[in-house]
Amino acid sequence: MSFALDIVTIAAVSAGAFFFLAGTVGLLRFPDTLTRLHALTKADNLGLGLMVLGLLPRTESLRDGIKLICVWVIVLLAGATVSQLIAYAARREGSRQ
Amino acid sequence: MTFASMSFALALEIVLAAVVLTGAVWTVASRETLPAVAGFVAYGLLLSLVWVRLGAPDVALTEAAIGSGLTGALLVGAAARLRSGEEQIVMERPGMVLRVLATMLSTTVAAALAASVLLLPDPAPTLAPAAAENAVATSLGNPVTNVLMAFRAMDTMLEKIVLLLALIGVWSLTPDRFWGGRPGPRHHADPQGVLAFVARVLPPVGIIVGIYILWTSADHPGGAFQGGTILAAMWLLVMMAGLADTPPVSERRPRLLLLAGPMVFLIVGLGGLAFGDAFLAYPMAYAKLLILTIEFAMILTIAVTLGLLVAGPPERECGS
Repeated sequence: MSFALDIVTIAAVSAGAFFFLAGTVGLLRFPDTLTRLHALTKADNLGLGLMVLGLLPRTESLRDGIKLICVWVIVLLAGATVSQLIAYAARREGSRQ
Repeated sequence: MTFASMSFALALEIVLAAVVLTGAVWTVASRETLPAVAGFVAYGLLLSLVWVRLGAPDVALTEAAIGSGLTGALLVGAAARLRSGEEQIVMERPGMVLRVLATMLSTTVAAALAASVLLLPDPAPTLAPAAAENAVATSLGNPVTNVLMAFRAMDTMLEKIVLLLALIGVWSLTPDRFWGGRPGPRHHADPQGVLAFVARVLPPVGIIVGIYILWTSADHPGGAFQGGTILAAMWLLVMMAGLADTPPVSERRPRLLLLAGPMVFLIVGLGGLAFGDAFLAYPMAYAKLLILTIEFAMILTIAVTLGLLVAGPPERECGS
């Protein structure tokens, strides 16, 4: 049982790290604001989500697990909002030029 | 701990230290204001990871909330105000004498700091065992809260008064005609937009998290300052989304909230002088109750003070 949980942790955290890496590469390499935001959301949503999923078997109590999930949900909400606001600002600036 | 995991932890720490130092140098070297502010915020968040590695989660929370979050918001506001004069500031190079003096001053400060760290006696003097020994006096499990609220409560009280002085400093920049008016610009956001949506959804969650961080500080990392910063952030979010306006500085209610923390602290302190042994001496049986009372008054004061600090000096008349 604990072996299976270890596999879950290793697989999910590694996949999460991959999405963080991919998101960072996209942020540095993509040509404009909107595509960079798109890359960044992969790190926020999937990367952090997979990290949290991988860490869930490590938690000592249900409470800690719920806290981890709450962190992910709040980051999702904040990330999505900030991306929208930056995208609005980028579009406004683009149309002004 | 095996050798492999130890060297892995060491490698992690070296990478972390290198990234923090790079962030610091980049922030200082940056010629433009906004990138420098972004660098400072990232630097603060990384620094809080350093505090976690050093086993100081209370400091890490404060660094993330105040050092990075709130100071970041203050600096973004300052950068936005400086924007119109930015080109002039970048073009203007200070004279040779001034630059040499600035270099000498910062080198001396850095050398003095380095010397005082390197010359510390080994083992470094510590009051930690004394604090741990007397922890039973307050029936609180978190030694940091014990030190802040009981053993060195005087420092914490003065810190709250300093915060109030900082706000008076900001308010003193008000032009005469706006005195008594509302701080900062009136924010307008699309009422159906995403910012207004988050400003309605997030505050109930944030308020619970802020109060939880205060409540849990009795036995776990947390405290009134960290919790108060989260409450301030929720208030600022509501104001920036245009759902509520900043209160006029002449209004009585925010002023009472600004005074609540220091006043409760002072009253409890004087009570200690009248009924106990010394200023701020808590009777053992009521120590926890008194500390919680002070902390709840303080969290309100901290939230209102920090929110108004970010909002800035009054720049509109009451009606507008």
